[in-house]
Amino acid sequence: MLGPEKMKQIAQRVLAYSIADQTEVVLFSDETYLTRFANSRIHQNVGERNVQVRVRAIFGKKVGVASSNDVSESALDRVTERAVEIALLQPENPDFHSLPPPKPIPEVDAFVPATAECTPEQRAKAVATICQLSKENGLVASGAFTTTTSEIAVCNSLGVFAYAPSTAADLTTVIMSNDSSGYAGATSLDVREINAEQVGREAVDKALRSRNPQPIAPGEYTVILEEYAVAEMLSYLSYLGFSALAVQEGRSFMVNKFGQPVVGENISIWDDGLDKTGLPMPFDFEGVPKQRVDFIVNGVAKGVVYDSYTAHREGKESTGHALPAPNPYGPLPGNLFLKAGTDSKERMLASVERGLWVTRFHYVNPVHPLKAILTGMTRDGTFWIERGEIKGAVKNLRFTQSVLEALSHVRMISAETKLRGGLYGGIRVPALCIERFTFTGVTEF
Amino acid sequence: MKEIAERALNAAQLQGASYADIRIVHQQVQSILVKNGHVEGISHDENQGFGVRVIVNGAWGFASSSILSVEEAARVAAQAAQIARASSLAKTRDVSLGPPEVHVARYETPVQVDPFSVPLEEKIALLLAADEGMRRVKGIAVTESNMAFLREDKVFASTEGSYIEQALVESGAGIEATAVGENEMQTRSFPNSFGRQQKKGGYEFIRALQLVENSERIAEEAVALLSAPQCPSGVTTLILDSTQLALQIHESCGHPIELDRVFGDEASYAGTSFLTLDKLGTFRYGSPLVNIYADATIPGALGTFGYDDEGVPAQRTPIVKEGIFVGYLTSRETAAVLGQRSNGTMRADGWNRIPLIRMTNINLEPGTWEFEDLIADTEDGIYMAVNKSWSIDDKRLNFQFGTQLAYEIKKGKLGRMLKNATYTGITPEFWRSCDAICNEKYWQIWGLPNCGKGEPSQAAHVAHGTAPARFRNVRVGIA
Repeated sequence: MLGPEKMKQIAQRVLAYSIADQTEVVLFSDETYLTRFANSRIHQNVGERNVQVRVRAIFGKKVGVASSNDVSESALDRVTERAVEIALLQPENPDFHSLPPPKPIPEVDAFVPATAECTPEQRAKAVATICQLSKENGLVASGAFTTTTSEIAVCNSLGVFAYAPSTAADLTTVIMSNDSSGYAGATSLDVREINAEQVGREAVDKALRSRNPQPIAPGEYTVILEEYAVAEMLSYLSYLGFSALAVQEGRSFMVNKFGQPVVGENISIWDDGLDKTGLPMPFDFEGVPKQRVDFIVNGVAKGVVYDSYTAHREGKESTGHALPAPNPYGPLPGNLFLKAGTDSKERMLASVERGLWVTRFHYVNPVHPLKAILTGMTRDGTFWIERGEIKGAVKNLRFTQSVLEALSHVRMISAETKLRGGLYGGIRVPALCIERFTFTGVTEF
Repeated sequence: MKEIAERALNAAQLQGASYADIRIVHQQVQSILVKNGHVEGISHDENQGFGVRVIVNGAWGFASSSILSVEEAARVAAQAAQIARASSLAKTRDVSLGPPEVHVARYETPVQVDPFSVPLEEKIALLLAADEGMRRVKGIAVTESNMAFLREDKVFASTEGSYIEQALVESGAGIEATAVGENEMQTRSFPNSFGRQQKKGGYEFIRALQLVENSERIAEEAVALLSAPQCPSGVTTLILDSTQLALQIHESCGHPIELDRVFGDEASYAGTSFLTLDKLGTFRYGSPLVNIYADATIPGALGTFGYDDEGVPAQRTPIVKEGIFVGYLTSRETAAVLGQRSNGTMRADGWNRIPLIRMTNINLEPGTWEFEDLIADTEDGIYMAVNKSWSIDDKRLNFQFGTQLAYEIKKGKLGRMLKNATYTGITPEFWRSCDAICNEKYWQIWGLPNCGKGEPSQAAHVAHGTAPARFRNVRVGIA
């Protein structure tokens, strides 16, 4: 780790060297280790140490960006010169306003020393536990165990300096027989909260119960979606519609819908970068403190996330959701939450007369962004439910479904939630029982 | 570089490595985006570092660092060995790489105009002109024009005695127009979707692309699509344009032939493959018209290089011959299982990733048809062009694609424009229904610069050469 003082020193050198009207420095320092396994053996085992310095130089409304992963003094000067040169060579961007001024950054402790100190041997032993469980049951294990230590610092010539260290641990496994598979995963800031035996048993159980999958016809079914599937669905919903840029460009399902119901009244979705039950991050990549943003409250469309660029267009304040510049995607949520309910997965199961239990989705992709229609496959544990009981496994299905319609027909929501890693940051969601979910195809396994 | 390489390899061997290799990589990327009439962003990104792969106690370890020094090389090599020893706590067999690969060589992408030497003003002017062409069309809400250039200088060295230097250059550009209407949004892009068309080569490629010449046309098509009828649902004859067929090959052929997938190495993430070993040499993948091959030597194609990231020379490999599945993409470790030598497809996305089996240029051989004759020969069907969405199951069987543009075909003529076109199928059923492929005149190589694989994730730059083709009894109009 570089630490706040070293990062400040690097940033201040850039700011002092830059001749731009405004200058921003974003620094990343990462140490990531991933132990990957397949066929019940560790087949890939990697470690990485990297830094990156991104310099944004501004002359009036001309903006240039350059980055490097060399933080020697000469390299810092070169990357600053390059950002300046790029800015001076281009026409003005009339939409650019200013880098944000400093604001107080709330303290969030997202760094756990145990995760940072996790060794290759500790990861290997956790993996060996899962492999052993698989072997005992005549199955084959695959998966990945990752531990990451990160530091981010944002500094600009208007006085912003924000620094945050963080850690994250993630363990996923797919356990297979010759005709079935089961998935489980766990994510936490603290590697000590990752219980490899528990993750392994969950996946082994699914793999055993999904043997001998039976054919099933596509159609509309009541479904129970485990948290893994819900997280994926919510991640895409957020990417498609919760950005101010998507609204301003007319391509979000939230357009002209603020204050109106867009999903069922039992659904509330928000972003909160300060919530420690997620993967918290107190500021964005412009050094603006994160605000909680409610996207949907009791089914009603309420808001979207902003960065300084999109906020200025509407005379608003940034909500602290900028990505590193230059950013064609606009601001995006990074810490998503879907409100938990009061039920349990067991009670959901008991309530279903005929339907499907889905563990997770695979290769999800938008088909119609404005209607939030997604397609994808089920995977790693798909079961047929009849009269409140799981009767057996079925072959995997393709769904083509509007997420908004699905969330308008949610019968039950679990009280328990799970944390998963998302496209940017964390997602914490419950399981859902959905009245109607459309499957448009099936596969052979 | 040589000193760093030698120190790392020596340190690895002192730590007990039976094999070690090092890649030292320096990358520069320039990206330019013009949006809605002004320059939205220009960046120049540079990164460098090295990664050391070792086999210790019969298991793999890998470590990497951005600090280029001999001291760091020794530290990282030792760390890789420690990681390998940890891997051996959960191994079932020792890694075997087969016979040694020893090459001392240098390779450079042939380039006429170094893209990094072309003034920014010229690039911006071209993108602004294309952008203006799109914005002239009433009803367009968002326009984007972009260019990207990459230069990668890398050194590969191994304890077997290889030392290979490569300098790879890529250039890419594309434009996109989005029209927004009542509950409807339509996008058209040129020359391809996925941001741009990209090749191994210099700025001469960008100048030949005709971005400005096609800008108004695609904007008009985007607006027209807003009021076009929805693609009907049913089972029909489908003709795919070259760009969509490129993605069809990518998802339904390129990925399932990766031998590491077949062996289960990617089971936890992207999945496995239906092309199991028992199918090699006997399985009917497609109709007898279907011939597919991998070739990393095609000049200018995005998946072309001199040597892969295990130091194996680029080469051509048949994959499907007259419809029969005959070949995989292999690495040294996976090829050794089959008693073969690697066919050189291992590539890593930068210094901080391990090489994985990646597609190179996976191509469908052209057929004999003129495109106009193919349409005239089709009584009833749909012509679909340029990908919009894609999805396939984790063994690469059930797929669903959506395209930006479609036209109905009635009595041998292209008719009404259709919107939101989708089609679905099962891979071998689909390819067995192929009954016509256009000839060389219509054959083009499409670069895909964002093929994802692996944990941690990596993006590979691959390509597919295709000509339009016809498929029978395909289900269309899913959503």
